[in-house]
Amino acid sequence: MRNFVTIFRRELNAYFVSPMAYVVMVFFFALASVFFYLFLASFLQNQQMIQMQAQQSGRFQPVNVNLMLIRGLLMNLSVISLFMIPMITMRSFSEDRRNGTMELLLTSPLTNWQIILGKYFAALTLYAAMIGTTLVYMVILFVYGDPELLPIISGYLGLFLFGAALVAIGIFVSSLTENQLVAALVTFVVMLLLWLVGALGTFNSTNWTQQVLQYLSTIEHLDDFVKGVFDTRHLVYYVTLAFFGLFLTYQSVESTRWRG
Amino acid sequence: MIEVQNVSKSYGPVHAVKDVSFSVQKGEILGFLGPNGAGKTTTMRILACFMPATSGTAKVAGYDVFDQAMDVKKRIGYLPENPPLYMEQTVRDYLRFVAGIKGISANLVQQKIDRALELTSTTEVSQRIIGKLSKGFRQRIGLAQALIHEPEILILDEPTVGLDPAQIIEVRELIKNLAGDHTIILSTHILPEVEQTCDRVVIINKGQVVAEDTTAGLTHKLQGVSSVRIEAVGDPEAIKVVLGSIQGVAKVTHTAGAYMVESMAEKDVRGELARAMVKNDFTLLSLQSVGMNLEEIFLQLVKTENGDGRIEA
Repeated sequence: MRNFVTIFRRELNAYFVSPMAYVVMVFFFALASVFFYLFLASFLQNQQMIQMQAQQSGRFQPVNVNLMLIRGLLMNLSVISLFMIPMITMRSFSEDRRNGTMELLLTSPLTNWQIILGKYFAALTLYAAMIGTTLVYMVILFVYGDPELLPIISGYLGLFLFGAALVAIGIFVSSLTENQLVAALVTFVVMLLLWLVGALGTFNSTNWTQQVLQYLSTIEHLDDFVKGVFDTRHLVYYVTLAFFGLFLTYQSVESTRWRG
Repeated sequence: MIEVQNVSKSYGPVHAVKDVSFSVQKGEILGFLGPNGAGKTTTMRILACFMPATSGTAKVAGYDVFDQAMDVKKRIGYLPENPPLYMEQTVRDYLRFVAGIKGISANLVQQKIDRALELTSTTEVSQRIIGKLSKGFRQRIGLAQALIHEPEILILDEPTVGLDPAQIIEVRELIKNLAGDHTIILSTHILPEVEQTCDRVVIINKGQVVAEDTTAGLTHKLQGVSSVRIEAVGDPEAIKVVLGSIQGVAKVTHTAGAYMVESMAEKDVRGELARAMVKNDFTLLSLQSVGMNLEEIFLQLVKTENGDGRIEA
């Protein structure tokens, strides 16, 4: 446990000592802000229209902030994350391999799991912090509006799990190469594929392939979370994907020893 | 302390190390000598549990490097060829991290860091960022990293590379001082380093051990012939005849005012040479024994292909 904490702290420090953590967080926040503004503007416009209609028809229907603003915003945050996660995970193992510090780690009395999990949770913490910056908008919505709390919690939980799975994959890719740029690009492509795979199913006539492809898609599982529906099926999917990524990382680190 | 038996490491068809065996006693400094690409780093990486051998066994401090890697790792300090440093950290933060992963208990960390800094004379830079330090300091911090947890065994891959002459002397002194408490194995392709710091030497070439002996013993053993250099005034031909007539002398050559007398190693002919010169009225200016130094031995060994130059230790 102590070894894990030592690795975790160093990795987290490395993010915040280098400009990387700030760049990622600022970029993410800036893009998220643009989306927040757009969603808010369109939401207000809709609200006005609905109120006008309500006055004409005499029936008043309250506008749902969760459905019409937060849901779209959180889905978009997941898309921005696709660009940010490769930047977070690319250095994870690649840097150590290039620097020769991998030799220090592998010849110290550490298990592979301590190294991998230390790096993984450091990257995941940065991801969570990045996502966390947008909570400020939720606060704004609570101050000026009346959103429901539970769907927001479940939405952020979904985003966190979505990241947990993709960070594991990014770490795995990073363990394959010394080149950070290659790691980032490959991670991005893999994540994009996992995101788009569900769309392949859309035009597929046979029912079961469509279901399988949609099940594999990372984005399909996020939708329910963001709607406020908590389904263990989706939890299982993300956790499985995370474990799978970490398992592959373990194999990769182990094989570095043999390949030399 | 270290037992290496028939260790081989191959990458596909390429043998990096082939059938290497040697051993190191407790408290000894073993020099691992060989040209670049001879397999020194590979052997050290195997001993440091960084990579497994293809075949053969190696034991460090009584533990097998493959089956009991964790026990080995706890007992070794390893300095790879490129010091494994995190460039963005300060020296002290870095050493604190290393102390953590080497399992030093929290209340001893400060003390051990100070000790390592002191031993490697890097206390003055302890607050600086590693990436901004000179190569010499980085190398020494690499060394500090290897000995921070006071391991029984130190594995140092070219510890003096990149240092200036004064620093080289410092590091060699440091290594010598560490011996006794620590068993040290160091690799180098610089000969004087082995002559000056090591008790024993293993010469490796093309992945194979070509010689293993004490530094002195190796020099001695390789002197199949010993040479004596004589300077004298007189008729060269006459002198050659006189010198050549002495028993045990194999060959006399005359070059640039000096005579090289080669004889069998076991017999010291210097006394007789002097007496013969004086008896025949030649003016003897100087007479000295010319030993073959390690450099010549080394070159002789690595030049001999296919391990024909192997010397049975």
